[in-house]
This record gives sequence, C-alpha cells and structure tokens, in this order.
Amino acid sequence: MSVTEVKVPAGYVPVYTKPKSLSEARFTYCPGCHHGIITRLVAEAIDELGIQERTVGIAPVGCAVFLSDFFRCDFVQAAHGRACAVATGIKRANPDLIVFSYQGDGDLAAIGTAETVHAANRGENITVIFVNNQIYGMTGGEMAPTTLPGMRTVTTPEGRDVRTTGYPLRMSEMLAQLDGPSYITRQAVFDVRHVQMAKKAIIKAFKNQIEGKGFSLVEIVAACPTNLRVSPVEGNKWVVEQALKYFPLGDLKVRD
Amino acid sequence: MKILMRGNEAMAEAAIRAGCRCYFCYPITPQGELVEYMARHLPRHGGVFLQAESEVAAINMVYGAAAAGVRTMTSSSSPGISLKMEGISYLAGARLPAVIVNVMRAGPGLGNIAPAQGDYFQATKGGGHGDYRLIVLAPSTAQEAAELVMLAFDLSDRYRVPAMVLADGMLGQMMEPVELPEPIPPEKIPEKPWALTGAKGRSPNVVSSFDLDPYRFREVLRALWQTYREIERNEVRWEEYQVEDAELLLVAYGTMGRICRTVVRKARKEGLRVGLFRPITLWPFPYEPLRKLAEKIPVLLTVELSAGQMWEDVRLAVEGRAKTPFYGELGGVVPTPDEILSEVKKHVRD
Amino acid sequence: METGVIFAGFGGQGILLAGKILARAAMEKGFEVTWLPSYGPEMRGGTANCTVVIADEPVGSPIVDSPYVLVAMNGPSFARFLPRVARGGTVIANSSLISERKERPDVRVVWAPMNEIAQELGEPRCANMVGLGAAVKALGILPLEAVISAMEEELGARGREKLVEVNRQALLRGYALA
Repeated sequence: MSVTEVKVPAGYVPVYTKPKSLSEARFTYCPGCHHGIITRLVAEAIDELGIQERTVGIAPVGCAVFLSDFFRCDFVQAAHGRACAVATGIKRANPDLIVFSYQGDGDLAAIGTAETVHAANRGENITVIFVNNQIYGMTGGEMAPTTLPGMRTVTTPEGRDVRTTGYPLRMSEMLAQLDGPSYITRQAVFDVRHVQMAKKAIIKAFKNQIEGKGFSLVEIVAACPTNLRVSPVEGNKWVVEQALKYFPLGDLKVRD
Repeated sequence: MKILMRGNEAMAEAAIRAGCRCYFCYPITPQGELVEYMARHLPRHGGVFLQAESEVAAINMVYGAAAAGVRTMTSSSSPGISLKMEGISYLAGARLPAVIVNVMRAGPGLGNIAPAQGDYFQATKGGGHGDYRLIVLAPSTAQEAAELVMLAFDLSDRYRVPAMVLADGMLGQMMEPVELPEPIPPEKIPEKPWALTGAKGRSPNVVSSFDLDPYRFREVLRALWQTYREIERNEVRWEEYQVEDAELLLVAYGTMGRICRTVVRKARKEGLRVGLFRPITLWPFPYEPLRKLAEKIPVLLTVELSAGQMWEDVRLAVEGRAKTPFYGELGGVVPTPDEILSEVKKHVRD
Repeated sequence: METGVIFAGFGGQGILLAGKILARAAMEKGFEVTWLPSYGPEMRGGTANCTVVIADEPVGSPIVDSPYVLVAMNGPSFARFLPRVARGGTVIANSSLISERKERPDVRVVWAPMNEIAQELGEPRCANMVGLGAAVKALGILPLEAVISAMEEELGARGREKLVEVNRQALLRGYALA
C-alpha cells in the first residue's frame, strides 16, 4: 500500500509524526475505530521506553490480525485466544525480550479465557493490551463475552438476553482477584484526556515488565462504530454513556 | 554404559541431550514419567519446565518458544494430542521446528490407558486442519525411542517442519537397557536467523501462518510442499528382518514391530519363511522399499494395534502386487506372538 | 532362551522394585531384558504386578502369557496368575498372606512365609526380597550375587543404603527356600 507523500512547506516544524516503531503500512481499521489510537499508543510507549529492538509482539485473531504489518519490531501471529500462552513460551525461552500481546474481547475473554487467567495467575512477566469493544468486529458483528445486555448484534438480533447468553464478562475485575498479576487497569480513549491516561497506563505496563514485576494488563474500553452502525462521534458517546456503566475505568490492581 | 530406563524416561533424557531447553506439558497417563523426568532434570540443565493449564496452552507455549528460536518439546497421550492439533497445525503453517511425543493409548474418546496405535491417521494424515505433514518417527524399543527423539530435533530444525515421535503406552512404561546417545554440543544446533530475538541491526522477523492473498499463500505452501518432497527423498527409514527368502512379510511398526520380530523367529523355528518390514518413519512412509519387496513376496500381512490404519499405506505401496491381509487388535489389547503366528499360518501356505 | 517372571501382590509390597532389581541383575549379566509394570490408577493397597522378560536375543513382547516363575505375594494375585504359569514352572507363594492353598500338578509351588521371615529379620518391608531370592533360585540363570549387587545399586540410588544388609539377608533366606 502506498502512502501519499505530503510535502512539508519550508519553515514548518513537525510536531506530530509517526512513531518510529510503526511501519509505513496503513492501518486497516475502520474509520472511528479505537484500535487505531490504541495501536499507536503502544508504538509510542515502545519508542519512549527505547525497547523497539528487543520487543516481540503477538498478533491475535480479530481486527488486530494485521498488527505485524503495522509495527517495526519482531512479531508472531498466534492462534485465536492463545496469545498469552504464546507470550509465555517466548518470554520463558528468552527473558531478555519484551513481550506483549494485543488482544480483543473475543480472543482474550472467550476462546482464550483459560490462557489469560493462567498466565495472569502465574504472574508471567508480560504485557497484555486488551481491547474491549463489546463485539466481534472482524467476523461481522457477533456477540462478544463483553456485549452489553440488550445490545443488538448479528447473533443477538433482539438484543443480548442475559437469561440465555449470560452477562458481560468483567475480565479485569476477575483477574484483579488473583495473586499473580502485578498491574490490572481499565482505560478508554474516547477523548484526549483519556488517551493520555491510557498511554500512561500502557507505558507503566511495559515498564513493569522491564523491571521484572510480572503480569500487567491494560484493558481499553473501545468503540466499534461500524458494527454499532453509528458515526465515530456517536461511537465515542456510546462508550461514555453505555459501556462505562458496565466497565468502570480505573486501576483494579497495582502492586508495587 | 547401559542403564535400565523406561521408554518415557529415555525420551525425556534424549530430549535434554538434544538440547531441548523449553518443555511444556499437561499430565496424562501413560506418559507421566516423561513429565516427571523433565520436571526433575530439565531445570538442572538451565532449561524451562512448565506445567501448563491445558494441552492447548502447552502446545502454544511450544509455539512461542520455537518462535524465539530454542529447541522445544511437548509430550502427551492420545486425548491430549487431539487438543494439541490446533497448535500443531499452526507450527506447521508458521514453519516452526518443534518435537511432539505421543505415547498412544486406546481411543476414541477417553478409552483407556493401555497401549494402542489408533493415532496413526492423526499423526500421518493431518490431524490438525490444512495442507501439512509432520515428520513421524516410530520407535520400537526404549533405545530407539531415545535415538529417534534426538533425530526428531535434528530433522525438525533442518527442515523447519514439526516432528512427532509416535510411541505407545507399552513403550513408554517398559524398562529396557538403554545406551544413551551423546549430548549434542550447543554449537552443533543450527542457527535460526528467522527467530524472534529482537529486531536489532536487522529488519523485523515475523512468524506467521497468515496470508489473506490466496496467490501469495499458494507460493508459501508450494515451498512447504517442496520441503516435504525433499524429506520424502532423503529421510525415509525402515528396518528389514529376514526378508531375503520370505514367503510372507509381516509389516508392523513400534511395539507391534518388536513383537513381530519374535513372531518371525518363532515362525522360522517351525520352518515357515517369514520376514518383517518395520517402518521407522511413518511419514515419510517407506512406499518404495515396500513396493520392491511386494514384487517378490506374495503375502504382506500388516499387524497393528488398531483396526487397520497403516494398512492403507501398505496397500498404497503394494498396489495389488501381493496379497495384503490385515490382523489387528483393538481397545488396548496386545496380541501375543503366538496369536500372530497362528494368523501367519492362515496365509503362509494357502 | 526367553523366560518370563511375574511379580504380583498389593501395591506397597515392593513388587515393582523386586522386578526392577531382577531386570537390572540380568542386564548386568549381559542378558536382553524388559520390565513392564501394570500401570494405571493404582494406589497403595491396590493390586500391582510387573513382568520381567530375560532373554539372550532382543525381547519381542514384554507381555508374558505364561510366566516360568510367578512370585505371588498375596491371595488375589496367587488366584489370578496361578492358572497362567507355564507347565513345569515354579510359583513362589507368600504363605503368610495366602489362605487358600491351591496347587497344580504340573507346577511346583514353593510356600514361603515372606512376611514372617521379614519380621524375623526386623524389617517388614523386605518380604519382597524373600520372594525375589526364591525366584532367582527357581530361575536358575542368574547367580544370587548379581541380584544382591543390583539390589545394592537400586537402594543406593534411592538413598536407602541402610537397608542393604537386611535385604541381602532376605534374599539369602528366600534363595534357600526354593
């Protein structure tokens, strides 16, 4: 994919450039999708910590499946849900590497629940970025484990009925109960202030790994305007008005 | 120096000597001693032993460690291997070397823990999804189990194809004298420039089996199958025993292979000209050598601890050149040499 | 030559160890040998058995239908395996624990009070060595010294050197019985 070259007029000072850890490839995320912001934040964190040359990322199955194209660091593609097990294998094989997984709610909280819980419980010294947009985006808008009650998806056309499909899974609250994890936090990126907070959290989650503190997970409550069938702005509103009711923001566990 | 070892222990020790430094497992009978041995010994060699939360997790940890470039292994028994099949397909697709030991028990389902050979199809014909093969090695003694585990690491690294050692409960549980192979010096283990070691002074490495473009992915698979053809040319292994004048050839692998050796001796004592053909690589299967023998031996009797799985490959090799009867036992029952001998007698002079 | 020995009894009686010592002695003497346990969810107090095959050619099947020697350390194993013993073979039967004293005209049964002898020696856990000593005599292919040194190595490997002497006595007592 070619990127249109923008001629920078003389005298202009670039203040917003692409992170060094990102490649030239264009993101494949939909307009208004929060993945784009989150992927960039991860790259900024890697840049600021100066760990690009020893970082290994793990791409999930889901909307972030093309992640290895976007980053300029070593990457591995994991089977659906298995990222935390793959991360465990890499980190145990070579503890000098900085290993992060980047997973959606279906990947981390449905098919990969066991791998996530047990990696957290072992206190694996890895960093997990968990994008919770309450839906399966890549496969066409099916119900996720985090889908809100009453929320319409293609597999809950009448809205999620908790009597037959259960309740939104609060993964971070569950993981925070364990003795293993070092840092569990829930963030969002619907406005600038929250983007900055999320970035701080991601940096902390990587720093923890560098310092050998163990398992860190940053959950980010995100919007999928495409499958919500709303505009990007309304997607942001959805996060604030609907999603955060079930997924309140803040640190759930911080062990120092 | 020979020492008395269980097949399970011999395989574990051989893995350590082959330079395996990451081992991930989930307990299951009848391969428990392999797990226990690794737990006791691997950390002393600076290796990682980790009991995973499931077979699925264990094979994906293998996937991660293999991607990081270290020699890695997992072991299990039939039901556990079924769970590992997802990860095995990914290993094959991502061209990652790894060793998987299957100490087979009787199935389908939970079955029982007695020795069986019902996973032949799973091991040699797929098992996981997609267009791939595993190198499959079938030992028949504890000694050979140790040697083939070491070979599995070498072949897997050389071709970047995962290798499976297909044993069974009898071989795993049984103790025999073993002369352990010498450890492989670390410098003899091939470099892995493709491994994920951090993109320092080079462009990033990506380990993946994913490509949305069918034409590009076709090229990936064509290269993979070229490797498979190369393995078929170079790595076929088998053993022949008393075949020169044989009127009937027993075809058996693993535990059945060794039992059929006794059958040959017993038959010869009774004046029956019986020989044995024992495939050591189940994939690549020794089609050509078997075909040649089928041109001069009129009956090839396949014996398996299954309802007839390798038998299909025997018939593919023979292609009607000889009679290809079958004798098998099911459910974990192991036939005695005498039982097989009476089956031989039905075919040898009819 | 290929001959099979079955050791059978309760779990915890040292059945597997007795078989392993025999296998080790045979290996040291240059024989081909296999040792196969009954495996599975067996706990202390359950049944346990193992099969040792000693041969001068590579062993085919480690499973033995008709053992030449059977060491039966309790009633249930005696009842289960007696019918399978090869014609002309020997059964070393633990008279301390077997109440129903069946015999077979074509098989020699040596009644050995293994537990009583072990008690006399002051170490109840060495009853298995009494049985093994008798089995070695009945087999007639290995010198007792080879079995004693295999026992020493086995116990040494397990850090049980203190038990070597009493086990040696037990082997001698058993050997004298058969």
